[in-house]
Amino acid sequence: MKELFILAVVTVFTLVTYYLVEPFAHSHMHAHHESEKFAYKDLPALTKTGNVARGKDLVMGAGACAGCHGIKVAGMPAPMDAVTAAQAYGVNPPDLSNAGAVFDPKFLAALIKNPTHALMLENKFNAKTGKTFPMPQFYGAGGDIDQEIADMVAYLQSIAVPKDKLTANVAFETACGRCHAIHYEYNLDGKLHAPWTQIGEKPKFKHKQDELAFETKVLDYQDSLTKYLGKLPPDLSMYIRSRGEHFLSTFVEDPDNYLKGTAMPRVGVDAVAAEKVIEHLADVGDSKRHIREEVGKNVMIYIIIFAIFAILWKKEVWRDLH
Amino acid sequence: MAHFTKATSMHDWLNQRLGIDTLNRVLATEYWIPKNINFLWAMGMILAITFGMLLISGIFLLMYYQPNVNLAFDSVNYTIMQEVGYGWLWRHVHGVAASVVFLIIYIHMFTGIYYGSYKKGREMIWISGMLLFVAFSAEAFSGYMLPWGQMSYWAGMVITNLFSMGGLHMDGLVEWIRGDYVPAQAYLNRFFMLHVLLIPLAIIGLIGLHFGALRIPHVNNQDGEEVDFDVEAKKYLAGDKANSKVIRFMNDFLAKDMMVVGIFLILFFYLVFYHYDFAMDPVNFDPANGLKTPTHIYPEWYFLWSYEILRPFSTNVGLIAFAFAQVIFFALPFLDRSPNAVPASRRGLFKIWFWAMLIDMIILTAMGKVPPIEPFGTIGFYAALTFFGLWIALPFITMFEKKV
Repeated sequence: MKELFILAVVTVFTLVTYYLVEPFAHSHMHAHHESEKFAYKDLPALTKTGNVARGKDLVMGAGACAGCHGIKVAGMPAPMDAVTAAQAYGVNPPDLSNAGAVFDPKFLAALIKNPTHALMLENKFNAKTGKTFPMPQFYGAGGDIDQEIADMVAYLQSIAVPKDKLTANVAFETACGRCHAIHYEYNLDGKLHAPWTQIGEKPKFKHKQDELAFETKVLDYQDSLTKYLGKLPPDLSMYIRSRGEHFLSTFVEDPDNYLKGTAMPRVGVDAVAAEKVIEHLADVGDSKRHIREEVGKNVMIYIIIFAIFAILWKKEVWRDLH
Repeated sequence: MAHFTKATSMHDWLNQRLGIDTLNRVLATEYWIPKNINFLWAMGMILAITFGMLLISGIFLLMYYQPNVNLAFDSVNYTIMQEVGYGWLWRHVHGVAASVVFLIIYIHMFTGIYYGSYKKGREMIWISGMLLFVAFSAEAFSGYMLPWGQMSYWAGMVITNLFSMGGLHMDGLVEWIRGDYVPAQAYLNRFFMLHVLLIPLAIIGLIGLHFGALRIPHVNNQDGEEVDFDVEAKKYLAGDKANSKVIRFMNDFLAKDMMVVGIFLILFFYLVFYHYDFAMDPVNFDPANGLKTPTHIYPEWYFLWSYEILRPFSTNVGLIAFAFAQVIFFALPFLDRSPNAVPASRRGLFKIWFWAMLIDMIILTAMGKVPPIEPFGTIGFYAALTFFGLWIALPFITMFEKKV
């Protein structure tokens, strides 16, 4: 009984110290934000049902999307290569092939109508700073502008990979990959994936010259990006461990949550794509998490059996000592 | 020259040359431990086993770690954590054990203080234990540098900077330690050497000294009773095990130790697999960047109490207070003037002193981590004053303690 009492005292002091040093201290160091589950409540809901065919005409024609964006799945290559595009715009405009699968439809509609508002960059691009955002507003093609936008969104959704087929790396590349690099290779489903740069996967090169030429391009691109954003966005290789799931999710949902006035725009991913992005970061930075759980279970079983035998041994040895 | 006869068995062959029977008797079967002990007496074995796990996991990590400022971070977080088979396991074991070992050290220390196990011939046990505490602290700090993350870099910056602060202004010493103006390659190499060679050697030597120091005064018991080990051992050997006040180290004491170790390992491996963030700070998963100071820089939890003693004062006073806190525990056997080597519960004012010290150190630990905003600044300040007050009061309250 006395031993149990001592154990209780030791446990209480240990737990109090743990509570003070971890949950309590961290609650005073970092603001906590609850996720709004990617509802984007400040953006207006879509009221019209879009028409895919009309949307296609608008995207390719009057909407003038294809002037800057490539749409590979529709056979439209990007008008400029990534490095040149970044020199012109600051950042390479995304290929729209999977935009409909990754971004929330409400966000896409708001983005087409008023990009700086949807991206929450009005603090940077406004009359006062004299800076204009590279993507112009869509003022309508002569009809009901909300209907036209709904049509374009419907078209983008129709060409995108189906929601259930959206892979983690595609979600990451579409949502984050033009600003953030991941310099770790990663192994997924038995296949080794190359490191990611802002201009795409880094290929394997046979000749040093080709590799250096590629790296020069990456550096040029990063220079434009740094000039545009004020700072080169961080490499995300270990972000799953340095920031954790909750932070990443609520940060992506609204970067202003943690970094007021940051150059990072609101990305506008929907809840599913956000989960995929985080899954990708886990695939890269915490690739052994599944095996860790598996091994953990077995080790715990082993150790519990060990402890039982240790207790039995003690009882056996101490039988004659009492 | 010793006389050797033809060996009758492998055992006999070894026994003639190494005296293994004598060794076994002296170190194990006739190494007498009091029977009247509780599970807190197993902390030494837990520490030995945790140190063993640190050593073994460390050897595996050492095979892949690169002590180079450009490669260190990725060699830990990519090569070890993701490429090497079970490298993640070794690192998690190493990181969690490094933190848990301090929890056990503190429990071990406060057990010693509570039961008065630093008096009446046990002074060298206490002093060698404190030397081990210092060596483990240095080992923890040097190891913390190696992943070369943000916390490694900035902890290295802040701690080495301590010498340049205050009236002494020893900037030359800081540069000498770093081998550079800032923590960089020379610094990393030095701390790598300290972590994998010099300090572990010192620790192993000190563990030998600590064990040796136990031998003559023997282990204390939970009532502070003076046991006549020779008489009690004879009783045991004569077969009266139940009435003897002593037990053999092996298997009697060891069996109880292993029971406690078994239960401890359940907690330990739970932490390794499911709850490791407390020991592996997320901030250190950002690579070191000398141009980007983290919002909050704080030491690992086991250094927080002494960090908080440094923090609430002006620079010079803070440094003196910090230096005082680092060495004062060494003086415990001499500041405690009472001849009573019994549990604190039977020692009047010392009982209050003990619990006040424990609670004060927990408060200091907590305040060392939170940002220095109010009311934490004030609480930390008074907790630090209390720490000094308690040490100043110790000789006086123990001087007038009644003999029990």
